[in-house]
Amino acid sequence: MPLFDKTATELSSMLAGKEISSVELTKDVFARIKQVEGQTESYLTLTEEKALEKAAEVDAKRAAGKPLSKLAGIPVGIKDNICTKDVRTSCASRMLENFVPPYDATVMKKLGAEDIVVTGKTNMDEFAMGSSTETSYFKKTKNPHDLERVPGGSSGGSASAVAAGECILSLGSDTGGSIRQPASLCGVFGLKPTYGSVSRFGLVAFASSLDQIGPFGRCTKDIAMLYSAICGQDHYDATSAYRKYPSFLAALSAENAKSLTVGLPKEYFDGVDAEVKGKIEEAVRCLEGAGVTFKEISLPSTSYALNAYYIIASAEASSNLARFDGVKYGYRTPEYDGLIDMYEKTRSEGFGDEVKRRIMLGTFVLSSGYYDAYYKKAKMVQKQIMTEFDAAYQECDVILTPTTPATAFKIGENIGDPLKMYLSDVCTVTVNIAGLPAVSVPCGKDSKGLPVGMQLIGPKFSEQTLFNLSELYELQSGFSYQMPLL
Amino acid sequence: MNRNDYEIVVGLEVHAELSTESKIFCSCKNKFGLEVNSQCCPICSGMPGTLPTLNEKVVEYAVKMGHALHCSINRICKQDRKNYFYPDLPKAYQISQFDIPLCENGFLDIMVGEEQKRIGVTRIHIEEDAGKLIHDDSFDGSLVDFNRCGVPLIEIVSEPDIRSAEEAKAYLDTIRQILQYLDISDCKMQEGSIRCDVNVSVRKKGSAEFGTRCEMKNVNSFSATMRAIEYEANRQIEVLEAGGTIDQETRRWDDGKGQNFVLRSKEDAHDYRYFPEPDLLTIVLDEDYVEGLKNELPELPNVKLARYMKEFRLPRADADLLVDSVEKCKLFEETLAFGKCQPKNIANWILGDISKILNDGNKQLSDTALTPKNLAELIESIEKGTISNTAGKTVLDVIIAEDKNVAGIISEKGLAQISDTAALEEIVKEVLAANQKSVDDYKGGKTNAFGFLVGQCMKATKGKGNPGIIKDLITKYLNQ
Repeated sequence: MPLFDKTATELSSMLAGKEISSVELTKDVFARIKQVEGQTESYLTLTEEKALEKAAEVDAKRAAGKPLSKLAGIPVGIKDNICTKDVRTSCASRMLENFVPPYDATVMKKLGAEDIVVTGKTNMDEFAMGSSTETSYFKKTKNPHDLERVPGGSSGGSASAVAAGECILSLGSDTGGSIRQPASLCGVFGLKPTYGSVSRFGLVAFASSLDQIGPFGRCTKDIAMLYSAICGQDHYDATSAYRKYPSFLAALSAENAKSLTVGLPKEYFDGVDAEVKGKIEEAVRCLEGAGVTFKEISLPSTSYALNAYYIIASAEASSNLARFDGVKYGYRTPEYDGLIDMYEKTRSEGFGDEVKRRIMLGTFVLSSGYYDAYYKKAKMVQKQIMTEFDAAYQECDVILTPTTPATAFKIGENIGDPLKMYLSDVCTVTVNIAGLPAVSVPCGKDSKGLPVGMQLIGPKFSEQTLFNLSELYELQSGFSYQMPLL
Repeated sequence: MNRNDYEIVVGLEVHAELSTESKIFCSCKNKFGLEVNSQCCPICSGMPGTLPTLNEKVVEYAVKMGHALHCSINRICKQDRKNYFYPDLPKAYQISQFDIPLCENGFLDIMVGEEQKRIGVTRIHIEEDAGKLIHDDSFDGSLVDFNRCGVPLIEIVSEPDIRSAEEAKAYLDTIRQILQYLDISDCKMQEGSIRCDVNVSVRKKGSAEFGTRCEMKNVNSFSATMRAIEYEANRQIEVLEAGGTIDQETRRWDDGKGQNFVLRSKEDAHDYRYFPEPDLLTIVLDEDYVEGLKNELPELPNVKLARYMKEFRLPRADADLLVDSVEKCKLFEETLAFGKCQPKNIANWILGDISKILNDGNKQLSDTALTPKNLAELIESIEKGTISNTAGKTVLDVIIAEDKNVAGIISEKGLAQISDTAALEEIVKEVLAANQKSVDDYKGGKTNAFGFLVGQCMKATKGKGNPGIIKDLITKYLNQ
C-alpha cells in the first residue's frame, strides 16, 4: 500500500495506531522521490540518511510509549532559504552554494521538537525572487501536473514536492505570493500566515517587512496542523507578535464557516483568464450552497499594489542581500585585485540576473534624491491599501479572489519578460503589503487539466476562520487531492 | 592678514561605547580585550537569516545621557539602516538612527578658563559598533575580528558652537565626566571606548556665515583632537590666505605624522541609503519611564564643582581635580561623612599623597584597600596632633595595602607624637643646655640656628615630639 499519497492527517492517525512505522513511511516517500525526482526536480538537497535516523528515533519513542505530537514521524520538505543546522542552505544561489548554517531557524527548532522527519531542502527561485522557480542557479523544477510547465514560485520545489508525493508536507516562504501562487499552480493548499505570527529567525531575508514562512499540504487539516506547530512568539524575532494561538486543527469547524460573509473585490477579477474566473465562480456557488453569504466589495487601490510591492520589496532586498560580499561566507571570486574588485566580481558572479535586477532597483529607489519619489510614496500606498482592507472587513469576514490570473505557464514562456512575470503576483502581493493571512485552496482544473486556486484573505490573525472556510469548501465540493501520474 | 584674523568653528561627533553587560542586538558579552572572534555569534557576525533584538539597557543609558545633556527625549522613535560595504561591517549595514534620534536639542555647559560657555547638543542616537580589521604581516591580506560588532554606541553630535581646540578639549572632558558619573561608559580611550569625528571650518572674525567644513574621522584621543583641530584650522587658513577655496571633504587624521590626508571628496561621499530598519519595532517609551530615569540621575560634575567650592570652600583647582574623578569624589564625600576632619585636609590627602601613589602604581582607587573610614581616622589623628604628618604617610601606606585599624597601626608602629608639654619642656631644656653655642648664635641674629635646635629636640624624642609644641617651647626659652 503506497503511503506517499496520503494526507498528514491520515498518516498521523496510522502512526499513532501503530498501523505503520515512521521508517516505513519515510522509506516509501524516498522510494517515491527516487521514482519521480528526475521528472520534477523538486529538491536541491536530500537528507535521506538523517531522515531515516530521525524516523527510527520517533518509532523508538513511540514504542517506548512516550508522548508524541501529531506531526511526529511525518516527512516534511523544507524550502532552501530556511536555515537548517549542518544541512546546506543555498537559497538556490551560487552565492550560497556551499553555505552550511551553524544554527537552526526557529521554525526548524519547533518542528524538531515536534519530531518531524526532514526529507531535504527544496528548490526555489534564487533568494525567493521569482514566480516560476526558473531563477534557481541549480535546476528548474517542473509542475507535476504538466512537466512542461512551471510549478510557480518562488517556493516551487516545496509546492511540487507536496503535489508529487515527494513529501507529505512542506514549508515555504511568501513575500509577495511565493507560497500561494505555487500552491495554486500545483493544485495544493498553501497558507501565507499573518505577518508576525511565524518567527522569521533563520529565514534568509528577502524583504523583511513582508516575508513569512508558511505550510503546504494536500488538505486544509494538514496545513492547519503544520501552522499550529510553527506559529508563536519568538524572542529572536522582534517583529513576532505576542499572542496565544489555539490548536487550529482541534478548533477546525466547517460548520462555523457557514455564517460567514465573503467579499468579492471586483478589482481582482480584471484581466483574469476566463477559465480561471469560471472555476472561481463555481467555487462561490458551491459555498453559497452551503449557506455562505457573498457580496461584491471594492479595494480601489489594488492597481497600485504591484508597483508599491516591487519598490518596498526590492529596497529591503538591496540591503538584506548586501551581506553577501565574499568576506565571511559563501561565494568569493577566485581572482581579484583589491577589496572593491573582490566585491564587484563576487557579487556579479554570485548572483543571477533577477537578483541583480532587484538589487539595482532597490538601490535606486533608496538613493538620495529618489527616496521620496519611490520608497516613501510606496509606503503611502501601503498605508492606503491597509486602510482599504480594514474598511472592507467592516463589510465582510473574508475576501475571496483568484490566487493567480492564469494557470501554470510553460517553462521559458515568461522568463525573458520580467514585467509579465511580475503580473502573476498581482492578486497576492496586496496580502503581504497589508500583513494579512491568506490561503490558496485548489478549486478544480482548467481544460488543459491545470489546477486553479482561489485565495481566501482574512483580517490579521484570522487563520482559524480561513481554515474553517477552506474545510467547508473541501467538504461541500467533495474535494480530494488527485496525485498526478508520473 | 594672520591667523588671529580668523575664527575656528568646530562641531564634534562623539561616539561612546556603552558599558552594558551584553551587546546591542544579541546576547554576546560586551567585553574588550578578549581572544579574537571569541565574543561573537551568528547574529552579531551577520549570518544569513539572523535578526536583531534590541537590548533595552542601551535605550536606558542613552536616555540618561539625553537627560544629562538637557535634551528632549523622543518617546516615539525608530532605528534605521545605514548601508555601506566594508569588511568590518558583516551585514553591510549599520543599524543606527537617522531622522528621529532618541534625544535632541540639548546643551552642555563647559568651563573655559574662568568662563562658562554653553555648547548646543544637536542629537544623541543609538547605534551598533563595527568590528576591527587586523593587518598581520605573517598573512597576505587582512583579517577581521568581530568581537566589537554590535557593541552599543551612542553618538553625541554637537552644534558648531566650539571655537578653539581648548574649548573642544573642555567639551570632551565634560562629556567624559558625565558618562562616568552616569556609569554608562568605561571611557577608556586606549580601548577606543570614546572616539571622535571632528568638523572644522574657519571664517574671518566678525563674519556671520560659516566657512566650508572638513570632517576628520576617527580621532582617537582628546589630545589628538586638539592637534587635529589646530592642524586643520591652520591648513584651511593657509589655503584661504593663498587665495584658494576649501573643498568639503572627509580627511583622515594621522596622529603619528601630525597631519591629515584626503579620504574622499564631497562627490565621492557615501550615499548611505538610510531607510527604517524593518527587523525592529518602533521604540515607544512610556512617559513615566522617561521621567523616572531623569530622577535617577546623579549629581552632575558642574553642580558638584559649584557645591564643593561653596559648601566646602575648596579652591577651584582642588574642586576641579576631585570632580574629574568619580571615585575620588566618592572617597572625598564618604570620608567627609564621618564628620571627623576638615574638607580641605581630605582634599589635600586625596589629591596629594593618595593620587601620587595611584599614579606611581598606575592604579585606580578600587585597586587599593583604602576605605573612607580609615582615611577619616588617619586625617583626624593628624588634625588632633596624635601623629605627625610624616607619620601619617607611613599609616597611609599601610591602609592603602590593607584594611587595618588606624589606631592599631599607630600604636603598633609607635607613631604617636609626644604632645605632653611638661615632658617636652624637660627635653627642650636639656637640648638648649647642651647646645649653648647655637643658642648664642640665635640670639646673635643667626635665625637658622632655630631649625637646628628643633631638629635636635626631634632627635631627642626619636621623632615623636609634636613639632608645634617643641617650636613654641624653644621660642619661649630663647626669648627669656
